[in-house]
Amino acid sequence: MDLFFSSLEILARWDVLIALIVGSVGGVIIGAIPGVGAAVAIAILLPATFSLDPIVGLTALLGIYGSSMYGGAIPAILVNTPGTAVNALTTYDGYPMTQRGEGRRALSLAYSASFFGGVFAVVCLIFLSPILAAIAPHFGSREIFLASLLGIILVVLAHRGQILIAGALACFGIWLNTIGLEPIQYSKRYTFGQSWLSGGVDLIVVVLGLFAISQAIVLLVDENRAPRTGTLSGGLFQGFKELFQHKRVASVSASFGVMMGMIPGVGEFTAQFMSYTAARRGSKTPELFGNGAPEGLIASEASNNAVPAAAMIPLLALGIPGEALTAMMLSVFYVHNVVPGPQLFQNQMDFVVALYIALLLLNVMVVIFLLFSTNLLLKIIQIPTRFLGIIILTLSFVGVYSLRNSTIDCAIAAGFGVFGFILKRLNLPIVPIILGMVLGGIMEAKLRTSMMRVKTPFDMIDRPIAFILFLLILAVLGSHVWRMWKDRNSTEDL
Amino acid sequence: MSTEPTKAKPGEMLFVGLFFAVSAYLLTQIGDQAKFSAKGKLFAQPAFWPGVGVIGMVGFTALHLLTHMKQRAKSGLGSEVVIWLRAFEFVGWFMIYVIAVPRIGYLPSTVLFTFLLALRMGYRSLAMLGWSAASGVAIVIIFKTLLGVKIPGGALYEHLPDGLRNFMIMGF
Repeated sequence: MDLFFSSLEILARWDVLIALIVGSVGGVIIGAIPGVGAAVAIAILLPATFSLDPIVGLTALLGIYGSSMYGGAIPAILVNTPGTAVNALTTYDGYPMTQRGEGRRALSLAYSASFFGGVFAVVCLIFLSPILAAIAPHFGSREIFLASLLGIILVVLAHRGQILIAGALACFGIWLNTIGLEPIQYSKRYTFGQSWLSGGVDLIVVVLGLFAISQAIVLLVDENRAPRTGTLSGGLFQGFKELFQHKRVASVSASFGVMMGMIPGVGEFTAQFMSYTAARRGSKTPELFGNGAPEGLIASEASNNAVPAAAMIPLLALGIPGEALTAMMLSVFYVHNVVPGPQLFQNQMDFVVALYIALLLLNVMVVIFLLFSTNLLLKIIQIPTRFLGIIILTLSFVGVYSLRNSTIDCAIAAGFGVFGFILKRLNLPIVPIILGMVLGGIMEAKLRTSMMRVKTPFDMIDRPIAFILFLLILAVLGSHVWRMWKDRNSTEDL
Repeated sequence: MSTEPTKAKPGEMLFVGLFFAVSAYLLTQIGDQAKFSAKGKLFAQPAFWPGVGVIGMVGFTALHLLTHMKQRAKSGLGSEVVIWLRAFEFVGWFMIYVIAVPRIGYLPSTVLFTFLLALRMGYRSLAMLGWSAASGVAIVIIFKTLLGVKIPGGALYEHLPDGLRNFMIMGF
């Protein structure tokens, strides 16, 4: 109980509450505008949060992360255009419901399913905390190295059909992170005699280029679009009642969201796919799926909203981000000398619990905001895309330039903007670059520390958790090879 | 996640080919660009991790090129490359904006940037142009005035009267 109250004390400040409101409302608005998304918003706001207290900055970013998917459901349901990429599955059943005049019902269901998913994940997080607090101290250098290696393998393998290029881009991230002064012997690496490269390539600069500037270019180059929406009349509360009738679908979907969110590199898409498949299998009317099935909508929204809270688990407990957004948040921790990982659970448990409570509160705030402001959001959705591109490009400047007032940083970010734009045009993945940079840095430091304490490579896996992680790496690689072999055989059979 | 494409998108092989060439060049430079001494364990060498990175880049892209060699690309390479090049126009706009801020100040350069880029993007109505300029003002007020992000005052502000100069440097 003392822990709970000391955590509440951390949150009981005006600046934290304002950050929570701004983050959650801002996240919904950002999510509702097709073409922006949480990654762009977080990338832009990251440097601005550096001057704030860690809890204030993190609350604002968590607010955006946790609430953007709520907003993304609105255009997905009403105009068949997902606000964020993870709302794509919502269009399958949400839009057909709108077409048959059930837009209000679909939105209400999406809000209630999202709320359920978000709260379910936070409750899981709270119950898992004692277990995490007990396990986390057993993670030494070699375990964190192996967990990071597992993370990077999973991220690459998650890009089915693009594994080779995802691997190349992850290695590009690893290489990028090594540019500049090497931390032990202070020798220069890949600076080509240029003094401006001695400090290395900043993660935030790369993130802003790859996510924000590239997205601005996409919007400016593409044709101008402005989705047209009508207005909704009547309340949006009845979805909660209907959700109760589909409690099994909601629970199973949120569970998939929690499980997939915890595994680095997997995230929302796999969680949605698995929960949607499970919901269709268990449905009495599977033929309705894809044509406006309420269970399909619940499966999609409950699972994707459970992921953000679950994705905080590897970040907080081990200091290992599982995807781009948590990788960005990691930099906020580092800037304030709050190092996520086993020590955080031992020494600052009240800070961790405060984050959980913030996540819970933001779900409540978001759903209240949505129940009363959906018609206002329908107007925001209509912002023309090229105009959005101008705004994102202008905001990108704040993000990059405020870091250290460097024109060179801006030029590097612009270069990565073009690179990201080409990757987006070719439908190639960006996330492996960011995770390569973050996890590459962790792996380099941890491998050096751990190898100093072992005599043979086998000593790396002589502790139980290290051995389990090693077996997991083998299992993941083995199952991938098995799947490739099976795919090949089935192709030959055809 | 995307599935295996039946045909490479226009420009994909060109992009991967260029990525491979740059990666191979970086690999050839590893001896000059990273320290590798005869003494010491392999993992502790400064060149070890950049080596992991560039070898991975070369290896994966080479495999991608080999496995996709027989795959016929969709037509439209020329128009795709033209679209890539169009990105540089907006990079140019962005860099002019970056250079202008410390000279003419954050507020004037932001308003000019949003207004002129809106004109370039084809907006002609007074409402849209007004919204563009107003958005510029709002961005400056939110980030510089309220959040106090570190953006220096413009050199042009030095020519303003004393009271106004400090006000503009601190807030806009």
